[in-house]
Amino acid sequence: MPTSLVQRCNPVLALYVALAIGAACGLPFLRVSPNRLLSGEPVYLWDVLLQHGSPLVYVLMLDIAVLLCIAVWQPKGLTTQAWVVLAMAAGLSGVWLLASHFATSAIQAENPFSRTALGAGFWALCAMAWMIALDAIDRLQLTTLRRLLVQIALLLPLLLSLNEGQHLSIAKEYANQSDIFVPAILRHLQIVWSAVVPALVIGLLLAWRMTQTQSLRQALFPVLNVIQTIPSIALFGLLMAPLAWMAVQLPALGHAGISGVGIAPAVIALFMYALLPIVRSALAGLEQVPAEAVHAARAMGMSSRQLLWQVELPLALPALLIGLRTAVVQTTGLAAISALVGAGGLGQIMFDGLFSAANELVILGVIPIVLLAMLADTFFKVLSSLINVRPQ
Amino acid sequence: MIRFEHTRKLYDGAAAITDLNLDIQQGELLVLLGPSGSGKSTVLKMVNRMVSHDGGHIFFNGQDINSFNVQDLRRRMGYAIQSVGLFPHRTVAQNIATVPKLLGWDAHRVQARVYELLKLLALDPEPFASRYPHQLSGGQQQRVGVARAMAANPDVLLMDEPFGALDPVTRAALQLSIKTIHRATGKTILFVTHDIDEALLLATRIVLLNQGGIAQVGTPLELLQQPANDFVADFLGRADLGLKQLSLRSIAPHIQAIQGTEPIYAIAHTATLREAISQMATLHVSSLSVTDAAGTVIGQVRAADLLENQHA
Repeated sequence: MPTSLVQRCNPVLALYVALAIGAACGLPFLRVSPNRLLSGEPVYLWDVLLQHGSPLVYVLMLDIAVLLCIAVWQPKGLTTQAWVVLAMAAGLSGVWLLASHFATSAIQAENPFSRTALGAGFWALCAMAWMIALDAIDRLQLTTLRRLLVQIALLLPLLLSLNEGQHLSIAKEYANQSDIFVPAILRHLQIVWSAVVPALVIGLLLAWRMTQTQSLRQALFPVLNVIQTIPSIALFGLLMAPLAWMAVQLPALGHAGISGVGIAPAVIALFMYALLPIVRSALAGLEQVPAEAVHAARAMGMSSRQLLWQVELPLALPALLIGLRTAVVQTTGLAAISALVGAGGLGQIMFDGLFSAANELVILGVIPIVLLAMLADTFFKVLSSLINVRPQ
Repeated sequence: MIRFEHTRKLYDGAAAITDLNLDIQQGELLVLLGPSGSGKSTVLKMVNRMVSHDGGHIFFNGQDINSFNVQDLRRRMGYAIQSVGLFPHRTVAQNIATVPKLLGWDAHRVQARVYELLKLLALDPEPFASRYPHQLSGGQQQRVGVARAMAANPDVLLMDEPFGALDPVTRAALQLSIKTIHRATGKTILFVTHDIDEALLLATRIVLLNQGGIAQVGTPLELLQQPANDFVADFLGRADLGLKQLSLRSIAPHIQAIQGTEPIYAIAHTATLREAISQMATLHVSSLSVTDAAGTVIGQVRAADLLENQHA
């Protein structure tokens, strides 16, 4: 049976490749400036290649180009997809090494204060390489755990070559600020943890009550939905005034660290955001527990608590985990904004960079947030897949 | 063992059960029979307090059931229902172990009991113990359901139309299993059904319910021979009351020595009158030779004797 061109080839990959070529040609790969304060001159990928390219690099690039062309026309070939993942792992570390060598030679050849910043082209190429690799991994159709391992392998060459980039300005910014990162990450985790754990406990209780009381569901869901539509900055702001007032009225609260600014409004707001996905998924999970299993459990003499722990929760768990994953990923991202009300965390680094026009610092704040969110996402996916191994 | 005294149950002000008096003896297989809405299921569920009664008393081992802790009471009564209600996230073995675990049995005792029950219900423990409910056929699921109900060796088994959703062949096999188990263990069993043949086959005593009250109580034969009123006769199937009686009687008393030629076709000595007559009708003969378990011919039965001697 004849199939159309679009069905046979991989249009997604073709688009990524086109975008990558566009980014390589049209966006500056690096920006070079004589010192930290001046804005840099754009340097394009071909400049870097002309300056530092060895025949080996050209051969490698040609290989990758050929491979990608094959992959566009052979979307079903598993070996091809495996090669694409390998090539992208090499590509990710390749652009990093290219930028690193450029920065090193700029310092040695020109002046020791020169700054080589990563440009939009670099980030776009990295993003494209990542997307191309993910597309290829999807086509390999792996189990969740193997998928995770392949993703780690994809990043491994880049991680191993991270040290090479010590003369890039992003590494210099990091070196200047390295002492604030670990506390910022811990603070970020603390905010997420303090919002999600109570949301999980209270969300579960609410969902459980909702299965018994219809009116609670009718009353609560509109409220949770409205909260979800309030912009996070507005919600932080709305909480500041009453919390500040409470701290004045009840000094004990103030001593406990609760006031209009700081971690308290952040945690309360994030708790409220996390509640909706958790309640909704927990309720969906509890409602799909077969009624006859509940009936049988009661008739065999289970107490309400035993019923909940032994029958209802285990059967609701797969659905609950989906909501919990949403809540954790969402909270990790939103917690960045809570730096605006003085909660600290990685958002603080991001905003410091934003307000001092230091793009590298913004990126240094954002990357850990993205990584934390991805780690949380992967963690819950793996957990879900482990639970679902047990047939339902 | 279980006694109802003037028990009443109201649903929305209307009486579902009116003044029920019934004494269930140890070791009975008592079938609660009746049309839909007769209250048979309600009677069963009142025993383990899945449904509370509104008036009168129910006694279990001489004590009012309301004086028990409700969970203790339920753990002393096995419970099997039509929809089975196995826990989908637990294996067969874990499902069966539910009540023993609730009672705090140690792991060895639980394991031994699970294997014993699987064998009792004709399921091979080796593949089945570790399977999940969705991997079983409907009949196998209900076998596990019955095993689960019997797991903690309860004083009473409550069964609410347990075989109602099964195909006839599977149902017959499970009915046989229940009958065998009842004979072997002497358990008191309360069995709800609307299937007259199932009731006649299983019951040591039948309670026929109609509109929340007892229409008649008696052994299967008593109900067929002396229906108390028109409802009983109609419900049991007025036209073939006689045929149903035949299926409750054995051919054994009608076996006589062979005179003349031995009939060509044979029937086992354990057959019922109904089976014998049915076979004669199919084969167009008026007599059959009777064989014992080993297949040896021990006599013959003749159509005329079977019908004439029926009330003898």
